[in-house]
Amino acid sequence: MPINFDQGLEGLDNNFLTGTLESIVKWARQKSMFPATFGLACCAIEMMATGGPHYDLARYGMEVFRASPRQADLMIVAGRVSQKMAPVLRQIYDQMMEPKWVISMGVCASSGGMFNNYAIVQGVDQVVPVDVYAPGCPPGPETLMHAILTLYGLIERGEITRRRAESGAGARVFVDQRDGQTLEISGRRP
Amino acid sequence: MSDLAGFELPISDSFGQTVLHVPRERLAEIVMELRDEFGFNMCIDVTAVDYLDYEAPRNLPEGVDPERFEIVVSLLSMLERTRLRLRVQVPEHDAAVPSLFDVHPGTEALEREVFDMFGIRFEEHPDLTRILMPEDWIGYPLRKDYAIGRIPVQFKGIENAR
Amino acid sequence: MNVDLDNDTSEGAQELQPRKGMKAEELLRELGCVLRMSEADAADLGARDPGDDETMIINMGPQHPSTHGVLRLMLELDGEIVLRTKPIIGYLHTGMEKTGEDLTFLQGPTNVTRMDYASPLFNELVFSMATEKLLGIEEEIPPRAQWIRMLMTEMNRIASHVLFLATNGMDIGAIGMMLYGWREREEVLRFFEKVTGLRMNHNYIRPGGVAADLPDGWRDDVLQVLDPLPERLDEFDLLMTGQPIWRERLQGVGLITAREAIALGATGPILRSTGVPWDLRREMPYLYYDQLEFDVVVGTYGDTFDRYAIRLNEIRESIRIVHQILDKVPSGDYRIQDKKVTPPPRARIDESMEALIHHFKIFTEGFKVPEGEVYVAIESPRGELGCYLASDGRAKPYRMHVRGPSFVNLQTLPHMMRGGFLADGVAVISSVDPIMGEVDR
Repeated sequence: MPINFDQGLEGLDNNFLTGTLESIVKWARQKSMFPATFGLACCAIEMMATGGPHYDLARYGMEVFRASPRQADLMIVAGRVSQKMAPVLRQIYDQMMEPKWVISMGVCASSGGMFNNYAIVQGVDQVVPVDVYAPGCPPGPETLMHAILTLYGLIERGEITRRRAESGAGARVFVDQRDGQTLEISGRRP
Repeated sequence: MSDLAGFELPISDSFGQTVLHVPRERLAEIVMELRDEFGFNMCIDVTAVDYLDYEAPRNLPEGVDPERFEIVVSLLSMLERTRLRLRVQVPEHDAAVPSLFDVHPGTEALEREVFDMFGIRFEEHPDLTRILMPEDWIGYPLRKDYAIGRIPVQFKGIENAR
Repeated sequence: MNVDLDNDTSEGAQELQPRKGMKAEELLRELGCVLRMSEADAADLGARDPGDDETMIINMGPQHPSTHGVLRLMLELDGEIVLRTKPIIGYLHTGMEKTGEDLTFLQGPTNVTRMDYASPLFNELVFSMATEKLLGIEEEIPPRAQWIRMLMTEMNRIASHVLFLATNGMDIGAIGMMLYGWREREEVLRFFEKVTGLRMNHNYIRPGGVAADLPDGWRDDVLQVLDPLPERLDEFDLLMTGQPIWRERLQGVGLITAREAIALGATGPILRSTGVPWDLRREMPYLYYDQLEFDVVVGTYGDTFDRYAIRLNEIRESIRIVHQILDKVPSGDYRIQDKKVTPPPRARIDESMEALIHHFKIFTEGFKVPEGEVYVAIESPRGELGCYLASDGRAKPYRMHVRGPSFVNLQTLPHMMRGGFLADGVAVISSVDPIMGEVDR
């Protein structure tokens, strides 16, 4: 059973001995993902709201937003990326350690959104490879959590990490918008 | 505003707002006099308009020659609670205007934005560089002959249901 | 490429000459507090090896946990003390003014609302008011629409100031404040979602009135949002205002005088913290603010503590205003019944051909606005928010310019940070409360 340490977990042949190890590592990667702060515009406010008490991100282990990209493994690009910001975005992405994932939050990050003009990069996938696209302007916390949980599902299946290790490409999964579900819940909070 | 007649400049009224049309050489001295004698102590806004594609008649008072660019300065008098707008015609071939930095230091960033977006130079401005676009950008985005930069988008049908 | 700072840049020698005998204009231009160096020159400085007695130029941002959005600062430091600063913006430039020339007047609010994204209804309000002035219908907007606009904007002011409390607390170190702030904000956003359909960037206030009427039982919803607030604000007072660490970090930090603020064009809480009681709702009232009773909160010293206290008390004043509005909203139309401006109700489209044609024309081509130019200003949570519209008779604005208060307020940042420590710089940025969407537009 040759172990190729250069490729990390993906270098292991899949057999019954390494299966448990793989699932433990995947579980650890999912449950303690650290997002890097990349809030740019309105979507950043909704991202902060997702970390707030109502739509608690901490239950998924993601409350701690690491300021240093070296310590982060998820980059949530929240907001519109202008021409001046695109090199900075790429620099931050390059500073992150493998394995890393990218969620493109909102329509401005996914495709340029309503701003189809000279100033906005039409889709952040022109700069970094994206794994999950979350639509909305801005996507509410429920949509962002749906995108994050979709990413967890992809990590569970393992293919996303393998593909990224080989070619650096993202998974390019589109999720749908899931907002407004908590509107009917009324009454005082404790 | 009858006391503004002392400037001997064309005055017009736009939806209840007084507009003073100022020749560009005298802009800085008139703004200084407005600040010192007339109490317009705050400069609210400095912006510009490019009248290249304007489809309606220009509606300027007598004695004002229309040019391609126009600088619009909004002033506020906090004591009298009134606003005043100045419109300065700027020709295209010599797009330069005296800077208001010495009169109102708060115009520094506003004038830099006008320079960045329209290419109108402000003489004696301490640091006239681009502020919104990258420093090496070519072109002045808000001019009418600068395209919006729209990319044609092809909407493909999405197979999976919502 | 070595930059010889003594001879190549306009600043001359980096040591600061004595200030006596210099006129104010010279001070502001050459020495002062603003570092005027191009980004290319500053990037080359990294290759130089600073000696012991030279000052250091460092870069903070644009991606940094303490900058509010994508603000980049170039700081000239002498040890830990900040001498001169240059705020570099443009990292969120969206070309909204150019986009505004490409969208009709009815689509305008969708574009403008994303400028100041912490208080989107104010942007929509100022654009709608400017359009209505050009159309000449500003006197005919039904009273109910105007009162609804006031209700929604004051609730938005509460949400925006609570956002300030949350981010300010977190920047100073009271991280629990972040969670408390978002708890309050969620209540207001839930109310907005019930009324407008969206939590943020609502596109609710449109030229002619508002997009939809308030739902049934809205008074109870508003009271449900407002009732827990006063005691929670007292809790924040307990957590922050009286606390010695909070006071030490904020009092005496980031000072600015009234003359400086007026000269730099600063408005809003920055100007009021210096003692100048300038609030457009009181001084140059718009909508029906002259019929309401509220106080204008004013500070004394012009430091960051005053700005924090002003915003905290402005939440209380807004609660007071909303309680008065609750009793005063009349019944009636929620938008003007001018067929050329507002689209007809959906039910009528099935019955009347004319209604169908009007609907079609308004939503595809847009309504034509007579030529002219106008400037309208309102008091947003950050200062004077103004909109300059020029039209040439077509359905799209010829020139749309929004005077964002944060853009002009950011000019006070170098003057406030001068002579303070680097750690205080974070507190100062937070107290200016810039929203980069309206700075860069």
